[in-house]
Amino acid sequence: MIDAPARISVAPAATTDARPQAQRPKMAARGLDFHYDGFRALKDVSLDVAEKRVTALIGPSGCGKSTLLRVFNRIYSIYPGQHASGAVLLDGENILDPKYPLNRLRSKVGMVFQKPVPFPMSIYDNIAYGIRHHEKLSKAEMDVRVELALVQGALWGEVKDKLRQSALGLSGGQQQRLCIARAIALRPEVILLDEPTSALDPIATGKIEQLISELKAHFTIAIVTHNMQQAARCSDFTAFMYLGELVEFGETERLFTKPEKKQTEDYITGRFG
Amino acid sequence: MPNAPHTSEHIVKGYDEELDRLTGEIQRMGELAMAQLESAIDAIMRRDSEAALDVVGADATIDALEEEVSHDVMRLLALRQPMARDLREVMAALRIAAAVERIGDYAANVAKRSLVLNQSAPIRLTHALPRLARLAQALVQDVLAAYATRDDARALAAWARDEELDAQYTGLFRELLTYMMEDPRTITPCTHLLFMAKNLERIGDHATNIAENVYFLVHGTPIAGTRRKGDASVSIAEVDDPR
Repeated sequence: MIDAPARISVAPAATTDARPQAQRPKMAARGLDFHYDGFRALKDVSLDVAEKRVTALIGPSGCGKSTLLRVFNRIYSIYPGQHASGAVLLDGENILDPKYPLNRLRSKVGMVFQKPVPFPMSIYDNIAYGIRHHEKLSKAEMDVRVELALVQGALWGEVKDKLRQSALGLSGGQQQRLCIARAIALRPEVILLDEPTSALDPIATGKIEQLISELKAHFTIAIVTHNMQQAARCSDFTAFMYLGELVEFGETERLFTKPEKKQTEDYITGRFG
Repeated sequence: MPNAPHTSEHIVKGYDEELDRLTGEIQRMGELAMAQLESAIDAIMRRDSEAALDVVGADATIDALEEEVSHDVMRLLALRQPMARDLREVMAALRIAAAVERIGDYAANVAKRSLVLNQSAPIRLTHALPRLARLAQALVQDVLAAYATRDDARALAAWARDEELDAQYTGLFRELLTYMMEDPRTITPCTHLLFMAKNLERIGDHATNIAENVYFLVHGTPIAGTRRKGDASVSIAEVDDPR
């Protein structure tokens, strides 16, 4: 049996907005540094991800926002030469602690990537595949779980009559919702979305954004996006990152109407040179 | 940081040009409204009905400019999706244009009433109007200059000065009441004068609206506190009977 990692109690992250601290953090980075190939991609990042809220990470390419998301579920650990220090707390436990079971982390923190990658199998099996790894369910129980995930992923109505057909036949937007449903099926507590709509048309994007607004009633969501209007529309809190540092963090409405830092203002108003 | 004007330009140059265009349109509206007020007062003093009619007619130019501002604001919102200070720039432009348009309306109203005034014998108190108009003009000029330079301190100073205009208006109101009681034959021209004075006082109120928008544009928050309303005419129940 693996020893349970010690619970770490640390003060809330310093933010430029007092209100995000009032919200209970589900996840939190504390003094987080990340290195790969000798490059320091994250510099002393401290950030709270509020429970059952949407937190958006914005910033120019290479600012570390996707890296931060990847540290949140330790996906970086499959690559050699990558190293994180500091702490990432999930319900107060440091997930960077090697004692924190990766399986537990993966079941609690789901991730959806920029390009939808359905498994080359049926729509039904795309959802059931992950569940089978974690739970032993009867056929009837599995049917219910698959349906629930597809309903929550706002895809059920479109696929209920073709569950046995290949997922590769779905449109890009449907594939992305399938990937979200696949992540939801494992009943995670946190969903990480890495530019989930950048490959989709405006209608498919709208459906994903609507889905995000529905999902936050049940899940804690962190989203990386290059589309600032999307961050403004979808999120409750926004973090602006630049060159591996967290420049400003606060309520989305405040950050997009009255940012405190000039760097943030320049970026969101399109003045970033 | 919100105090600092932008030193850097947008990556997309056209965006800067569109924002500059908005500012330019409002400046032109402001200059026209000022000229209208000047001409209206001039027409009143010279009892020149033809010139007064010109003022009434020229108001359409200001209205058309406001339409242009509205169109440009809509275009900017739809195409550029402004954020932060840019968003405040656009919102302020829309509101300031509306205020200047109203100032133009009041100048035209003053001119229109002078047409009726010219049908009666001249009355002495007409001479009080230019003083009121000059105060209103100075306020509008100040807030427009504050807008042009995004000068919050100047906007705030002008905002506080509207009280002088209100006090003068209240004084004139009282004088006109006394005048009408002295000689009921002057009731018709004096009533028109009263409305004209009220129009000038309202110009001051719109100047304060502009000042508030300049402050909001710069700081992202409204001016703290409320201005003391100086128009005390609402509480004047009666004046001493001169007879």
